Amino acid sequence: MEKSIRKYFALFALPALVCFLIAFVIPFVWGLVLSFCEFTNITDATFVGLSNYVRAFTVDNYFTHAFFFTLAFAIVSVITINIIAFALALALTRSIPGTNAYRTIFFMPNLIGGIVLGWIWQVIINGVLAYFEKTIAVDAAYGFWGLVILMNWQNVGYMMVIYIAAIQNIPTEMLEAADIDGASYWVKLRKIIIPAVMPSITICLFLTTTNGFKLYDQNLALTAGNPNHQTEMLALNIFNTFYSRIGFEGVGQAKAVIFTILVASISLLQLYTTRKREYEN
Amino acid sequence: MKGKMKKSNCILFLLMLVFAVFVLLPIIIVFINSFKGRLFISSEPFSIPRGDSFVGLTNYTQGLARTGFFSAFGYSLWITVSSVIIILLFTSMLAWYITRVKGILTQIIYYALVFSMIVPFQMVMFTMSKIANMLHLDNPIGIIVLYVGFGAGMASFMFSGFIKSIPIALEEAAMIDGASPVTTFFSVVLPMLKSTAVTIAILNTMWIWNDYLMPYLTIGTDYRTIPVAIQYLRGGYGSVDMGAMMAMLVLAMIPVIVFYLVCQKHIIKGVLAGAVKG
Repeated sequence: MEKSIRKYFALFALPALVCFLIAFVIPFVWGLVLSFCEFTNITDATFVGLSNYVRAFTVDNYFTHAFFFTLAFAIVSVITINIIAFALALALTRSIPGTNAYRTIFFMPNLIGGIVLGWIWQVIINGVLAYFEKTIAVDAAYGFWGLVILMNWQNVGYMMVIYIAAIQNIPTEMLEAADIDGASYWVKLRKIIIPAVMPSITICLFLTTTNGFKLYDQNLALTAGNPNHQTEMLALNIFNTFYSRIGFEGVGQAKAVIFTILVASISLLQLYTTRKREYEN
Repeated sequence: MKGKMKKSNCILFLLMLVFAVFVLLPIIIVFINSFKGRLFISSEPFSIPRGDSFVGLTNYTQGLARTGFFSAFGYSLWITVSSVIIILLFTSMLAWYITRVKGILTQIIYYALVFSMIVPFQMVMFTMSKIANMLHLDNPIGIIVLYVGFGAGMASFMFSGFIKSIPIALEEAAMIDGASPVTTFFSVVLPMLKSTAVTIAILNTMWIWNDYLMPYLTIGTDYRTIPVAIQYLRGGYGSVDMGAMMAMLVLAMIPVIVFYLVCQKHIIKGVLAGAVKG
């Protein structure tokens, strides 16, 4: 059977592969090469070694600042999102009326696109700050917390859905046995529920971390990096390096390579942790 | 349930109610503000429009005129639907091929696809938009090629994961009966992929419909999708007609919310499967 399928490469594999080559493989390899070149229009590229990588950090401190801003943002939002999502999941797996309606509502913001989300929250946050005669563009702290709130609003429902599914998969006999033994709710939570949903916690932690690191649309629409690049996250900094400064395309590409290594390492770490757990069980 | 609700559950219920209001509030505020004059949106964003501040549908008519919202909706719909259909068709065929045919080449393809899933868009955005320009893919038809290529990783990965789990005997039986690989795929394999296909369709619809950067960089000057059209409301020096903005945000959210309420079950199942496998 394998032999007869093999002959159909052109029909089955080629259409997707051609698209994959055009949209990913060639741009990726070319981008990697260009990160070692100076160019404005890819046809005029000259090899400059590692100078783009050095310039990424030395030409201004925006990239380094964006890294620490993104890191702080990711840490704070990962913690808040997962705590709130887990708490909601616990609440909505008890028999209270309207759980389905609540789930529907809490998940809804997740479907709204980043640009729309960013503008929605800009109105709300500027509306609140207007009482103090300020706007979100005044202070980087407003932008930071604005992004955290936005990220929570968008992601809590998603993570909640994952946690709910995990909690519902816990065998009821286990919880009933604990009840018979007179275990309190906190004991059940610590000894049964949390260990049982640990795989989902890992998934959610990594999902929120990569979402946080890759954030772009929301950042652009909510603060656009204001004031003075202070709320610029990594993805936005890379975009601005490419497209708002002529002659910095090589630096932008070098930053993109660094960004890729960073994001890919998080994903590989995730793969490693989940695989390890599978072997242990 | 009635009257027998425990006290702790009663408190929980109320807490959830408060939280639900908080979740819905931003959407409601945007909706209310879409009927207010633009000056009142910044000076009194949380008041109900009345008297001076109420402008009826002015924001909507101005927003529609300035963004070309209906054509943006058309482009978004066309690009999303056709890309998703072609992703499903092309990647299911590819996944079947690389799963059933063992060899170094198919192994390399598989790992390249998996690798593409962890690469952020920023890595390829500059070169991809240049290539799209060179190959004349910078139009609403050509961008489909880019979406298929960039979405191929996750879709093939999920399809191939499922194909590995289905018994090969069914396909062998069909082929012993004289069916060609083409008939076998389309009449035996493809029907079995239905639930995975729904998941992939949902995940890709959400991605492509909301995607901003790729359409902005490739076709943004001539053909604006909804996210691009909305971002273009921001003028050159950061000035924004907030009235028109509010109205367009409302229009942008309506199709998403309708889609969600209609396909809610599939959507939640889809993102769950996507989270666990992706």
